[in-house]
This record gives sequence, structure tokens and C-alpha cells, in this order.
Amino acid sequence: MNKPNIQLREPSMVMKLSRLGSFHQSKLSFLRSFIREFKSWNYKRDLFDLNKDGYGTAVYSFEKKGRNYSLVCFAQHINPEERSDRVIATKWDAAFVLHDGKPTKQDIDRLRKNVPKQEVGRVTYKELTLSRANKSIRAFDHVVNSLSKGKQPDHEILKRVGYLYRTTAVYGSGKFGLADRFRIKDRKEIYGPFRLEMMLVYLVRQFTFDQVNHIAKFKNPNKAVYLNKDIARNLGIGNSTGLGMAPFIVNHPTLLHNWIYCREKALKEIRSIKEVNKDDFNIFKNCLEKSKANIDTWVTDSKYQINKIDTLKTDLTKFFKYLENLNSQKNDYLWNLIYIWSEENLEEECVEYIVSMMMEPYEKIIDPLIINMSSEEENYFNIPADRKVFDLKKIIEKNYKSIIEIDFRDKKSTSNFWFISKNKEEPRVANRYEEHGAELEQPLAIARDIKKLYGKLIKYNQKDTVAEFLSNNDDLRHVVRRAFIVENFPYSEIQDNTIGASLVPIDMLRLKLSFFGAVKFDPKSDKWLRINMYQGAPHPHEMKLSKDNWVYNSFN
Amino acid sequence: MQSFSEIDTTCKRASKAAGFSWGIAEEIGKNIRNLEMFGLPGVKNLNLYLKKIRKIPNEKIKRIRKINKPKKKELCPIYCGTAFLDNCKKLENFKFIKFFNVSYPLLLLPFLGRASNIVGKKILIKYEKNNFLLNFDKTILSDNLNCNRIVYKAKKISIEFLENNNSFSQKEWKELYKLSEETFVEESDRLKKKGAGAGLTDND
Repeated sequence: MNKPNIQLREPSMVMKLSRLGSFHQSKLSFLRSFIREFKSWNYKRDLFDLNKDGYGTAVYSFEKKGRNYSLVCFAQHINPEERSDRVIATKWDAAFVLHDGKPTKQDIDRLRKNVPKQEVGRVTYKELTLSRANKSIRAFDHVVNSLSKGKQPDHEILKRVGYLYRTTAVYGSGKFGLADRFRIKDRKEIYGPFRLEMMLVYLVRQFTFDQVNHIAKFKNPNKAVYLNKDIARNLGIGNSTGLGMAPFIVNHPTLLHNWIYCREKALKEIRSIKEVNKDDFNIFKNCLEKSKANIDTWVTDSKYQINKIDTLKTDLTKFFKYLENLNSQKNDYLWNLIYIWSEENLEEECVEYIVSMMMEPYEKIIDPLIINMSSEEENYFNIPADRKVFDLKKIIEKNYKSIIEIDFRDKKSTSNFWFISKNKEEPRVANRYEEHGAELEQPLAIARDIKKLYGKLIKYNQKDTVAEFLSNNDDLRHVVRRAFIVENFPYSEIQDNTIGASLVPIDMLRLKLSFFGAVKFDPKSDKWLRINMYQGAPHPHEMKLSKDNWVYNSFN
Repeated sequence: MQSFSEIDTTCKRASKAAGFSWGIAEEIGKNIRNLEMFGLPGVKNLNLYLKKIRKIPNEKIKRIRKINKPKKKELCPIYCGTAFLDNCKKLENFKFIKFFNVSYPLLLLPFLGRASNIVGKKILIKYEKNNFLLNFDKTILSDNLNCNRIVYKAKKISIEFLENNNSFSQKEWKELYKLSEETFVEESDRLKKKGAGAGLTDND
């Protein structure tokens, strides 16, 4: 068989929101690569000072060659009416901060006064990430009660929830006084993306297990048992995520490019393998088989997501039939064959699912890519204003083909606007024609502004410099910058209208969460969703010997 | 203490609120962050300047010449800086540029620092007894670091693109080079033949 001409997939296809919103976790996902990279670090519980009800302070750490990162946890009592996953909440069951090094008693006292307050507290450059979480009352109380009676919790209840706590935000990079990224970016162990956020969530998970064991023991010292390690391993950490994540991917274009590019590069390399090793193919089939069971535990009340899951299940059945009839040993470029068949016969949700699975056998392809999944956005900030208007026009015609075809005179194309809420300083989206505040719109209507820019450029003297153009059009400066970025980073831009009537903001959230490695997407509306992280992950003391396919072992 | 990321975000938003476009506001955010990183009072100057222009807007310059004077009011350091940055490769040919009556001239500095990085030349800026040497956006050197003293207006600003010249004489260089040669090994004929990859002649 002749070598097929396999190219990177076009941004015009990959960067559509419907496609991005169909991404799934993969071997590239940050929480999986975090565990691979931190396997050799020494884990320790340094402090566990909780009262009989589980309120107090705990410290967990990872250490290697003199470098130490410590999670400081503060657990407190809150009334049921105070427990809210929304960002408007002011109290949480527990609050967490990742401290750079070993915290002193003074550090812990200082953090105790600030960390539980979250956004209204202040931390310092000695702290790296900040978070808070609420108990899943149905799971938490059930587990504590069961353990205190000497029984293990009910499998079905845990299967439905999947975690004991839900985080409602994880902050980093300078927020609320946290260390700026430039202070730590040269540390090799955190070259990979979101390493410190992943570390925080992983250690929080351990805290939740220790806390239920502790409370159960105090409740009934004579009868209580510890949470079975296998059951605990199948619990992750939940997360409630709202619109805050959506502007992030618009505001970090080169980072977005690097994530998608690595995924696309991996896919291209895998599709280009001529002879697929039998063992590798079996790894693929095995992960696919196991993950099917995970899909069955994927519970949601969202019609939108139920439809997606149903489509995925139907398509997977089709795909398994296809695999049965496929002779994996006789076909060259087997992955390419599978990919092309999937694109022709399956919906995006399932295609991207299969793409994720195809990465499973290929550590050698995936691991070298991980280091490229961070970005220094600042390096691409300057506008090359000495270039010509003609160049800019060409860049737009090449990279925003479908965008410049959108008719923004149609009200449906401009239905929404993005703004920052005054009370919580969080991003929100609202109907432009029904709500007030559109005059304070955030610069996230990239498609509309690119079209406006294009409209002006085609009428401008093509030989003029961009500097000359900008001197008369500074209202378009933000999109001129983006256009020059997309020239070199083709996956940096969502190829859709982020203010149109058909916008589903959770597609943007799901894109980011899939790269984090989240599973069990459970939309609660079109603007927020719940997910699960680290379900099936090894316990800290098991990390050293753990295998990377842990994600497929949960609740099978 | 505020993080630099918080400084960037808040300055960007405040600048937008004061009337600048988002694109210019993004530049301001980055610039004030840079000033603060260099230990210069960026936030203080920006705060005062934004308050001032909310009452009386400043004059916007569109094109930079060798000598730049406002028509009526004072020149806006942000628009001067943006135009300078966008045109720095052309402006380099002027070598010397002068501005008159510029509000809060410190706010011009980070634009010039970034321009220095783009053209690959150091830039010297002088106003009101202040001298700053901008080194490729890596450092800002000043002979008058008094952070609490705010310059509300510079009557005259002189900007000079410095040629990339050595700061030492050839004699000094030769002396140093000679000393460095003491780390080299004298090659024998045998070493000449075997110590390197290519041949003594490579005319093939």
C-alpha cells in the first residue's frame, strides 16, 4: 500500500466549537502526565490536626532533591444553607493552598486567616495555587456513617457520585497575591502544563479520604473501619465549573494552540504508522473496552449531555462491529484506516473519543509532546506593525475563512455579550438585546471584531503599514494582535462565533477540562457543569508503581 | 502585596474604563507590570494620569516626527508610546527624537523599552533631570531613582537610539583576549591532523 498523504487536521475543522466540545481525556491530559512525572517524588502527610468532627488543619507534601511543595488544608463547619458551588459562595467546607516549601507555624497561622476567605483573603508569592471545595453531602455522610458502623460504603451510591468533595475553583498565576508564573516557570518539574493545579487537586483528594476515616473513627472508635483502598481509588475529586474557564481559552491563544497542536501532531504521527504492532492494537482495544464501562457510569440529568452520551454509545457499538470485521494484521496504516472510517461514519463525539484511545499505546509519541503544552504568551504580544495592510488582510483570509462569512448584521449573530460581574469579578454571558451592560462588553467577540477589521482592511491602502492603519483604528488593535498570532499558531483561535445565538458555552469549558483530564461531564445548564478528576488514580504511596491506564480502571 | 498579574489585569481594565481601546489597554497593562517589575512607580503614575484625562483628555499623536509638539494641550504618553512602538523601525533612522509637553512621561518608558528590544539598540531618554537607559526591555537604568517623585509633565523629552558600539577600546580587548588565550592548547602537527574532524584542506 502506498503511503497515504497524512496531514495535520485543518484548524477550520478542529477549532469548531462542536468539535472542541467533543474532546475527551487522553494520555496527553494534564492530570495523567502529572502522575507520570511526579512518580518519583516523595509523598508525606506532615500534619493532621483535625477535631472529632473533621475540622482543623492538615498539611501534605511532595518532596524531591530539596524541593518541597505543601498543600495546606483548612476544614471548617458550615451550615447547609451556606453550602453553594456557585462562585457567589463565601464559605466552603474546606479551603486549600499549595505553599512553596515547608510552611512554618507563622505561615500556617497567616494562611488560616486568609485561605478560608478565598477571593477576599490575601496570599503571598510563597503560595502557588488556591482552591476550595464542598462536601458531596450524599456521598460524604454515607461514607462516614458506613465506616463508623464497621461497613464499607454502598458501591452504587459512590458509583453515582464518584467523589467525596467538589472543588469550585482552582486559582493560580498571581490571583489574590499568589506567585506570578515568572517566579517559578524555570523549575523543570513544572515545565508541563498546570502542574501545580494538578498537584493541589491530587492532594485534596487524599485529604478527603483521610478526613472520612478520621471522623468515622471518632464517631465509633470501637467499630469503625478504614475506607477500603480499592473503593477509595475509585473516587476522584469533583469539580463545579462555570464560565470562568471560557474566556481563559480566548485570552491564552498560544497556549490553546500548543494544546491542540500537540494533540493533532500525536494523531498525525499515529495515523502515519505503517505496521501497527499487535500488542499496541490490543492496548487500544482493551482501553476502549474498559472505557465503555465508564461511559455506563456517566450519569447526568442534562438533555444535551444525555444526547451526546447516547450518540457516543450508539456509535461505539457501530465501531466495535467495524473492528470485528477489520483484519488488523493485514492492513497497513491501520490507524489511518480507522480514523478515516470513523470520520465518515461516526459523530464528532465518538471520533474524538477514538482519537483519544488511539494515543494509549504510544508513550514514545506522547511523552515528548507534554513539555510543549505550556506557553509564554508574552513572547508573542508585540504587533509587527511594520508589516503591510496587505499581509494582514491575507492572514485573515487564510485563517478566518468561515468567520469572515458570518453576517453580523443579523441580530442572531450578536445575541450575546461577555462581561465581568461587579460582585464577583467573574466572567458572565448575557443576551445583548435583553440585558443591560453590553456597552461594557469584554473583548471576547473575536469573530465579530475580526470581521470588522477585515471590512476596514479591504478598503485601506494595501501598501500602508499596519502602524499607519492602527493610528486610525486603535479600536481594532486587540484583534490585529490576534491575527498576527494566528499566522504562526494556527490552532490559537476558535473558528466559531462566541457571541452568536447558538453558542453553547460549555463546549468551551469541556475543551479545557478534557485537556485537564476530567471525566463524566455533567452539564447543569449551558453555562456550568460538574466533572470528576483523578477517579481511578493511584493513591500517593502507590504512584511509584502505578500504570498510566488507571483512568480506565474506575468502577469496572 | 499585589502580584504582577493583578497589576496587569487591573491596569488594563482601568485604562479601558478611562477611555482607551481594549488593544491599547492591553499594552498599558503589560507596560505598568514591566515598570513595577523594574521598581518604578507605574501604578502611581497611571492612577494619576487616568484621573487627569477623565477630566481633561490629552492630545493624541498619530504620527511621530523628529520634533513633536502638541497643538493645544499636553501630549498623551500612551499614544506617543504606542505610535513610537509601532513605528520604531522607521524612527530608528531619526536617531534623535524630541517631544514637548508630555504628561506623566514615565508612562512612555516601557513602550520605549520594548522598542529598544525590537530594533536591537539601547535607547537613552532624558527629561526633567532624569536620565534612563533602556536595555532591550531587559533592564532600565537610571541616574535618578526617586520613586516617590512624580513628574506630572515633561516640558521636553529627548530620545536617542544608541548605536551598538563597544564600551571598551581595542587595546583593552586585545589585552583581555591575550589573557584568555592562556586557556588554549598549543597544537602539535599530530594533533592538527587528528584533533579535528575536517582535513587540513577540503578542496574535494
